[in-house]
Parts: sequence; structure tokens; C-alpha cells
Amino acid sequence: MTTPSVPATATDAASVQRTGFDWLFAISVLAIAAALARVIYYTPFEAVQGPAQKIFYLHLPAALDAFMAFGVVALAGVGYLWLGDLRLDRAAESSAEVGVVFTTVVLVTGPLWARPVWGTWWTWDARLTLTLFLWFIYVGYLVLRGAIEDRALRARYSAVLGILGSLLIPFIHLSVYLFRTLHPRPIVIKPSAPSLPPEMLTTLSISFVAFTLFYLALVRQRYRLASERDLLELEEGR
Amino acid sequence: MAPDTLSAALLIARKDLAIEFRTRTAFFSAAVFALLGIVIFYFAWDPTAVASIDLAPGVLWGIFTFSGLLGLQRSFSLEQADRAIDALLGAPISRESIYLGKAIANLVFVTAVQVIAIPAVELFYGVPLLEHAAVLALIALLSAIGLVAVGTLFSAMAVNTKLAEMLLPVLSLPFFVPIVIPAAQATARLLAGRPAAEGLGWLKLLLAFDIVFVVACMLAFPYTIEE
Repeated sequence: MTTPSVPATATDAASVQRTGFDWLFAISVLAIAAALARVIYYTPFEAVQGPAQKIFYLHLPAALDAFMAFGVVALAGVGYLWLGDLRLDRAAESSAEVGVVFTTVVLVTGPLWARPVWGTWWTWDARLTLTLFLWFIYVGYLVLRGAIEDRALRARYSAVLGILGSLLIPFIHLSVYLFRTLHPRPIVIKPSAPSLPPEMLTTLSISFVAFTLFYLALVRQRYRLASERDLLELEEGR
Repeated sequence: MAPDTLSAALLIARKDLAIEFRTRTAFFSAAVFALLGIVIFYFAWDPTAVASIDLAPGVLWGIFTFSGLLGLQRSFSLEQADRAIDALLGAPISRESIYLGKAIANLVFVTAVQVIAIPAVELFYGVPLLEHAAVLALIALLSAIGLVAVGTLFSAMAVNTKLAEMLLPVLSLPFFVPIVIPAAQATARLLAGRPAAEGLGWLKLLLAFDIVFVVACMLAFPYTIEE
């Protein structure tokens, strides 16, 4: 019943080709810079929240890409258990790590905004709680990866945890959501699907594209690192 | 599920429980741990500011997960001695029956700790838990099934890692969140004297969790065996 472990092969070696210049990374950094420039100089202040609202253009794209990253982890996990291709495991590994970084961005930018606008750094709102637990699940995933020497075993266990983690998310969301609705708290200002003015929506879209490019560039870099590490371990006869 | 799977599972569960019954080390430490936790938590709050009836459900189910972890940790580390796991894997039984047997033994273990912990909370916190024994037993059973389903799988994984037992809480606790919240909330409704129907939504959530994770973990278990 075990998944055959596919050793690093010639195709793996081919995927480790080093390119001198990482054009994707360069483009994504430029895109982020452009998006930030637009956020700072060319997007109007929100009438009520003032400058604090601008963090939203970092916060939301990071959150969306973090969700996407964890989706990739789960799908790559299913793929690995099915096909036993280590390339899928490396994709999961890379995406999880970048996803944790993006979730950290979300968890840092959120309180920075919440302090002036909600008047508190943290509140047990359903979405905040879910994000925090996402962070815990995938930090645990990375801890698990670090705790296993055997390459094939690491891939299998990570795939199992990546899949179970994605099954857990709806349950955490539902329980923290019910928790909140059953226990009404002092009213906190909640961004209930704000209908953005067009220039803000454009900025948000640009920022989202820039973050997604950045996500892809980081995952690609991380994937290459994982390929080289696997190749090295193979050569060392581990 | 083939009848062989179930009978093999019961055999494994009986083996684990026989070991536990003869040594009684894990059960006593888990039970004492639960009692200690219940007592310590009482003193962690100011009883004049927080009524013990508000405190009891959270303490009961928080302690439940922690004491459960003690039993789960042992589930597969038990098989590490003399590589007993190899004999288990070599036996002509399905992987699913190993998982199921371990899970059943863990379920008995966790439930037995609850049988001690629930009256202890009633005693020390002065809350009428046993008045609602039937509904509470249902909450306890549904929570225990979910906890054991996930915990047994992670226990099998944790023993094969460098961190061993230390990894189990890190992996498991996020998965216990959708167990502790519904269980504590449903218990709080009971203690507040609300009609049982008010906790029904929470019970449904627990049941859904159990169904999803029993199936998912049983399917995933064969991949966690190191051969």
C-alpha cells in the first residue's frame, strides 16, 4: 500500500538547471514596487479610515495568495499519494513555506490596521481566528517536514497532513463562526463586503497580481532549492 | 468493511487494553493529570469574578484533549519496543484493521479518563453535570471519536519522526479546536439549563467532524506505515 518512492532521476537533474537571472523574481519585485507606488501616491484616502486603510492593499492580496498556497499544498499532496512523484512533494513543500510567510504578512498587517480602526490589536473575530489557526496548522506542517530524515516518508507524511489540514479548515471556520454568532460581542466595525470605488479596486487588483507573481517567484526559487537538496542527498547516497 | 477487518481490529484493541490493564501506568497518569488540571484551573481564575458554572465546560474539554494526548502518545510508541510494529505489519490483516484496533483501544482509554474527570468537575466546581448524564455522554462520545480518529493517525506518524512524542501536540491540537469549541459550547448550554435542542447545532458539527475524519484518517493510515 505504500507509495513507491521515485528517486531523483535524470528528469530531476534537468529541472535543476540554473538560470543566471531569475526574470520572474525580478518582474514580481518590480510589480510589487509599482503596486506600492500606486497604493501610496495614486490611490485616494478612504474617507473614514484615512491612511490606515491602505494596508488593505497588502493585507487582502497576501491573504488570498496564502489560501491559494495551502490549496496547492493539499492538491500536490493528493497528487503525490496517487503518483508518487517527488516533484509534487517539492511543490507542496515550497508552497507551504511561502504560504506561511504570506499568512505571517496577513497576521502582522491585520493588527496594524485594526489598532487605529477597531481600537484593538486583536479580536476573536471568525476570520482572524481562522487565519491564526491556518498559521498554526502549516507551521506544524513545516515542523513535521523538518523532523523526518527519510525522503519518501517525509513526502508521504507531509501529503497526509496537507490533505487533512485542508479538510480541517471548513470545520474551524464553522466552529469559530458559530461561536461568534451565538455569543454577540460589543459591536466591532466589520468590513462587510465593501463596495470599493473604481480606483481602489484597480489598485487592489494590481496589488493582487503583483503578490501572485511574487508568490510564484518565491515558490519557483524554493522549488529549485528543494530539487538541488534532493539531488545532493541522492549523490551522497542517503 | 470486511468482517475480518473488524474482528482483527477488536483483537488488536484487546491486546492494547490488556497491556494497559496489566500495567495501568498510562491510565493512572492520565487520570491524575486530568484531576490535577481540573484543580489547577480552578485556582487560575478569581472565583468571585468568574462563576464556576462558566468555567467548568471549558476546563472539562480543555483537560479532555490534553489528557487524551497522553494516551495517544503511547498508542504507537508501545509498538516501538522490540519493533513489535513489524510483527503487527507482518500479520495477515489489513492496515485498516490496525488503525481501527488502535483507535478502539484509544477510545476506551479516553472515555475511561472522562468517566473520572466528569464527576471530578461536578464535585470540585459544584456544577450539575450528572443531571444531564445522557446528553453529556453523547457529547463525550462524539468528541472522543473525533479526537481518537485524528490522534491515532498522528500518533502513528509521530513515532517515526525525530521529535517523536513532542510532535504529537503540535500536529493534533489545531485539529482538536473544532472538537473543544462545540463540546464546551454544548455543555455550557446544558449547564445553563437551556433546552437540549439549543445544543443540537454543535452536536451536528461534532458528528460531521467525526464522519469526515474517521473516513479520511482510515484512508490515510496505510500511507503512514514505515516499512
